[in-house]
Amino acid sequence: MSIPVLKFDAVIVGAGGAGLRSAIQLSEAGLKTAVLSKVFPTRSHTVAAQGGVAASLGNSEEDHWTWHMYDTVKGSDWLGDQDAIEFMCKKANEVVVELEHYGMPFDRTDNGKIYQRPFGGHMSNFGEKPVRRSCAAADRTGHAMLHAMYQRNVKANTQFFVEWMALDLIRDEEGHVLGVTAMEMETGQIVIFHARATIFATGGAGRIFYSSTNAFINTGDGLGMAARAGIPLEDMEFWQFHPTGVAGAGVLITEGVRGEGGILRNSSKERFMERYAPNAKDLASRDVVSRAMATEIKEGRGCGVNKDYVLLDITHLDPATIMKRLPGIHEIGLQFAGVDCLKEPLPVVPTCHYQMGGIPTHYSGRVVMPKDGDMNSVVPGFYAGGECACASVHGANRLGTNSLLDLLVFGKSAGDSAVEDLKAGRAHRELPKDVADRTLARISALDNRKGGANVHETRLAMQRTMQDHAGVFRFGDMLKQGVAKILEVEKAARQLEIKDKSMAWNTARTEALEMENLIEVAKATMVSAEARKESRGAHVRDDAPDSAEFPNGRNDKEWLKHTLFSPVDNSISYKPVNMQPLTVEAVALKTRSY
Amino acid sequence: MERKDYERLRWRCIRRALLELDITLTRFLDNGFDRLNDEDQRAFVELADMEDYDLWDLLTGKAEVADPRLAPIVALLRKS
Repeated sequence: MSIPVLKFDAVIVGAGGAGLRSAIQLSEAGLKTAVLSKVFPTRSHTVAAQGGVAASLGNSEEDHWTWHMYDTVKGSDWLGDQDAIEFMCKKANEVVVELEHYGMPFDRTDNGKIYQRPFGGHMSNFGEKPVRRSCAAADRTGHAMLHAMYQRNVKANTQFFVEWMALDLIRDEEGHVLGVTAMEMETGQIVIFHARATIFATGGAGRIFYSSTNAFINTGDGLGMAARAGIPLEDMEFWQFHPTGVAGAGVLITEGVRGEGGILRNSSKERFMERYAPNAKDLASRDVVSRAMATEIKEGRGCGVNKDYVLLDITHLDPATIMKRLPGIHEIGLQFAGVDCLKEPLPVVPTCHYQMGGIPTHYSGRVVMPKDGDMNSVVPGFYAGGECACASVHGANRLGTNSLLDLLVFGKSAGDSAVEDLKAGRAHRELPKDVADRTLARISALDNRKGGANVHETRLAMQRTMQDHAGVFRFGDMLKQGVAKILEVEKAARQLEIKDKSMAWNTARTEALEMENLIEVAKATMVSAEARKESRGAHVRDDAPDSAEFPNGRNDKEWLKHTLFSPVDNSISYKPVNMQPLTVEAVALKTRSY
Repeated sequence: MERKDYERLRWRCIRRALLELDITLTRFLDNGFDRLNDEDQRAFVELADMEDYDLWDLLTGKAEVADPRLAPIVALLRKS
């Protein structure tokens, strides 16, 4: 079967913040650049980022990148690589000012500078007091960012392939990456994108969990493709959760609801936070509240048929106060929980929000993996940035507003490195003879299989397993069972069946192909989480509690290292954390407390 | 609506930038879209083509529906 080949200097998969930022570097360098996206670029999930982007511009008060670096290392619970963190924090001002020059409508101070607002965890003078560091465009920062960068790309002649899905990474025998196979959704046609540089900017995979704030599009396509091509996934046990998402929907309920007097209750209507945090009760920190909710559910005191959520009660508050102080909450209750929160409590559950791990990269944006004893050997021709990549700057937990910074800095960095490598002479390498065999076999299996597994049911089984066994608060026995269960789900995910066999706009096929990516991420997460026998950042285990020897359950002696999950044999290896910044002194290990 | 057009619309409803719209539009597509007449189906397609926040503002009442053709569908989506 002859498959069309499109030749580009660079192919970028994903047109969210990281993809658009790297495309600018490549196109403006005069390189022929293709960007593939499942949706129109300004419909990428970057749109949902509201909080802002961190940069120590010091427009409102004194600030310094070393203070930002300190906050990021501390936020990461010392699992972030300090060379990468220095690189990012130092570059922040540059990428934010560039964005301003692209036309990004940042909020302004009276004297015309970029206005900066405070954000949790942003501190001056190495953790001393809060500092205003977040740059925003009202509550539409991600949205405005995408528009500014999309326009810049149009001007630079970037070629967009909209409503195309990349399916598999093309690697030759020597391990070089040569592009991707992809499907045009409108026709169902498979095409080879043959490139000198391949950049993944495919976003996160938050849809592996039953309750997720992520839009449906976050199916971890880049991670799935990397895994199928034998590239390990780093630190996949670390996922950021938010305590209160609407059960069954994932839509966020602001923490302001508890601030205004909202009370969490279990199935017997008990105000359970009184047992976990007698003083702060429902106003305890995010971690404490999430853990208490997860414990109530695990111990059978959850609500509903599956006993898998708790209740957030505001029925005792004055309706006028609710409507005034918590705008939108009434609407969210009605729309997504089918509940009038003025009369009934809202069903809530800890909800997945952000993926810290991903495809292992150097801070230059080049993808790295173990080879011949070198833990960070470059995969030639392959780059990644944004949520799909692990540089690693977020380590075990991400500092607020560093997600938009990550995609700007590492999107740009991946683009710059690709330009550098191509200018140094990296040529198109010959495509392997079996270049599209894997892709064609996957499509053919989906089209021809009879009596296979249902995509929707398999996805649900995966999401339930991840939520129950590797949620916000983890239990050793549950993780062990979770590994066995997710491997069972994987068997079903390898045997998916679709009823619709048509070529054009076959959304059933596309969803099945996405499911094959999700399961790679789910498996990597479960196995990596079971293996890490400490608590650190967002990975908190019941059997690794706070103690004098191990404050917060963190065990630096044994676990100050990155996890690498190998998709080839589901095995785990580890590599050291880089504790050496590029030019400044290291941020020394200490207990993380706020 | 032809299958191809419906499936294109479906993709543009089930893969939005905002989770809130994924849920709302998918639900409406599965439970109500079929019952619309041709004109209203076209109006829904138009809404689905809008930018996420513009559409979300209409659905939550933060913005007013200027086009009378779209108003009935927005009202249905708000109730869905």
